[in-house]
Amino acid sequence: MADNNALGPSVRRRSWSWRSKAFRGVIYQVLAVSVIALAVWFLTSNTLTNLRIRGIQSGFDFLSQPAGFGIGESVIAFDSSNPYWKAFLVGLTNTIRVAIIGVLIATVLGTAIGIGRLARNFLVRAVCTAYVELFRNIPVLLQLLMWYLLLNELLPPVSEALNPAPGMYLSKGGFAFPVPVWVPGYALMLAGAIAGVTAAWLYRRRAAAQFAATGHVRAVFWPSLAIIVVGIAAGWFAGGAPTALDLPERTPFNVRGGGSVTPEFLALTLGLAIYTAAFIAEIVRSGIQAVPWGQIEAASSLGLTRNRQLQLVLLPQALRVIIPPLTNQYLNLTKNSSLAVAIGYPDLVSISNTTLNQTGRAVECITIIMAVYLTLSLSTAALMNWYNARAAIKER
Amino acid sequence: MSAAASATGIFEPVAARPAPVVSRGVLGWARRNLFAGPGSILATLTIVAALFYYVPGFIEWAVFNAVARPDNAACRALDGNGACWGVIAEKYRLILFGRYPFEEQWRPLAATVLMLAMLVASCTRPLWSRWLVLAWVIVFAAFFMLMRGGAFGLSEVETDRWGGLPLTLLLSTIGIAAAFPLAVLVALGRRSNLPAIRTICIVYVELIRGVPLISVLFMASFMFPLFMPQGVTINVLVRVLVGITLFAAAYLAEVVRGGLQAIPNGQHEAAASLGLSYWQTQRKIILPQALRLVVPSIMNSFISTFKDTSLVTIVSLYELTGSVTLALAGDSNWRSFFIEAYLFIAAIYWIFCFAMSRYSQWVEQHLNVGHRRA
Repeated sequence: MADNNALGPSVRRRSWSWRSKAFRGVIYQVLAVSVIALAVWFLTSNTLTNLRIRGIQSGFDFLSQPAGFGIGESVIAFDSSNPYWKAFLVGLTNTIRVAIIGVLIATVLGTAIGIGRLARNFLVRAVCTAYVELFRNIPVLLQLLMWYLLLNELLPPVSEALNPAPGMYLSKGGFAFPVPVWVPGYALMLAGAIAGVTAAWLYRRRAAAQFAATGHVRAVFWPSLAIIVVGIAAGWFAGGAPTALDLPERTPFNVRGGGSVTPEFLALTLGLAIYTAAFIAEIVRSGIQAVPWGQIEAASSLGLTRNRQLQLVLLPQALRVIIPPLTNQYLNLTKNSSLAVAIGYPDLVSISNTTLNQTGRAVECITIIMAVYLTLSLSTAALMNWYNARAAIKER
Repeated sequence: MSAAASATGIFEPVAARPAPVVSRGVLGWARRNLFAGPGSILATLTIVAALFYYVPGFIEWAVFNAVARPDNAACRALDGNGACWGVIAEKYRLILFGRYPFEEQWRPLAATVLMLAMLVASCTRPLWSRWLVLAWVIVFAAFFMLMRGGAFGLSEVETDRWGGLPLTLLLSTIGIAAAFPLAVLVALGRRSNLPAIRTICIVYVELIRGVPLISVLFMASFMFPLFMPQGVTINVLVRVLVGITLFAAAYLAEVVRGGLQAIPNGQHEAAASLGLSYWQTQRKIILPQALRLVVPSIMNSFISTFKDTSLVTIVSLYELTGSVTLALAGDSNWRSFFIEAYLFIAAIYWIFCFAMSRYSQWVEQHLNVGHRRA
């Protein structure tokens, strides 16, 4: 009896009874997995039946058929006889183009406004606060529609294109700007730039080594910049100093030559950047405010100059707070670029939508959209996690 | 040391110097906040110049030159020199209520007022009680009764004719109300010890957060009919609501998880030592603390969901954004005054979102009582 009592509880704990937590855990998991599996099976079999009954073909074989529609703007050459997969590729490059340029503008604008919200000048503070409260609280789709409408209403027709700066034309037809004509000399300039960056990196490393060995601080930023500029300039001169520009020209009917972007691209990129900048401003402001004021006082008492305080004390700590939510905003901007479908910019979703309407292959088209955005999101997240791990506090 | 002190030998304090004039009053304020240095002076002058340059022109456009009556000829005569607010006076019923039958539009109006009153009531602290849940159930029932009709002598109105502000409110309140419990469950699941449950929750959250809302809505609109067995059709409004809920819940779950992670392990251990079960621990100990910590983020999530409802216009549900297009695109007389109509609904969205963010600050202060010292 005594033996039984002593063994009882421990035996019972391991037994597969309803009172065992481990056993119930297994049951819950089996239940959850089977419910999900059942749901997936139910939906898949329904879908297959529906596809068969309605006579809809399925599979990705349509990707190699000719698309049969043209695309207004694309980075790579495309015409309506090209296959669908190439149309999707064009859409993807257009999405990435909007995302990269939008992220750059939003970061610069958002950082400036976030710092402006902490300015000592009342008017600067007020303007920045008004910006954030105005643009954050209106749906981005509505903002994009408004920007597109404004661009279309306010800009003159192509024949009377505005000329804001020499060689630049702005009209309902889009924004045309000069681009350098490619000559082999630019290859040398590129090589010069690479050499300059390498030299600057080596200089930086030596300065750091010298600081570690002797404690003597060397200026790093301006000399590095100078080295890179000298490298680029040397490459440019060695390449024969090419200066030819492809200038856009206004003819009575259109603007020809140069590089150009469409009003759809302008509206989408600027609209997304202006919207996202409001969120980035708040992230930057809270990141800076998260650094305790004592840190700045301590830095001052060590005799650091104001620039060194920013560079060595404030920024490293603020960035640690800023980076993770900033990544989210970059991803949001990329995902919001799918609203292009509302203003007719041929991004991935727009092109998938056209393809869906033409071929009726809803499952395949939506799978492509989701797979591409998932890949973009997860890879950006991975990249930012890597940076975040580097910037995190090194704890023992 | 001074002459007076040495002459009499008695200590006479020197009269206090007056405070420097420039640090007090309007001038002092201006000196500190507007003219604190060369950079500050430059910024002040630039902004004042910009305000003087742009604001009068804008006020002239929006107020002095504007036409407020629904007079198409007068609006056309403006030729862009003034705002035509007349377009709103002419079209406001189409914009606010979409394609709802014109003579029945008192019903969406009543439903909207009811919903707004309920929202305001839910935000009032003295009214926070269990009865609020019951009140919400009744309000939703009344909302559907008014909108849908088919009983009490009201004619039936199909959901595809619903639109405008009531639809926006419906999508956002139901989306938020359904997403919140789901998000709490998913957040708990993501921190569960059971690997299968955890994996399911992680896959769900990362999958949804990795794709744009528009693809989820496309799925609800185009793919969902294929998922259902033959002969079963589900209303597009319900499908879109499911899409919005699933999307909002994934983002909200991450917010809630952030709150859960901030609760120290000692709280779990203390609850376990009191003999509380898992659900008792979560409901009575962990969630009340965790949710309070993330009130601002939860409200931000709600605001996002409210703004995101504008996307359903892309899958042809005419909520506020869609109903503007519906009201103006087909009418060649008023089509050129789109921008005024957009500004009108932008103002509506802005008021809602701004009110929500202000309310979140108030909640944050009032729930923070336990952490504040004296």
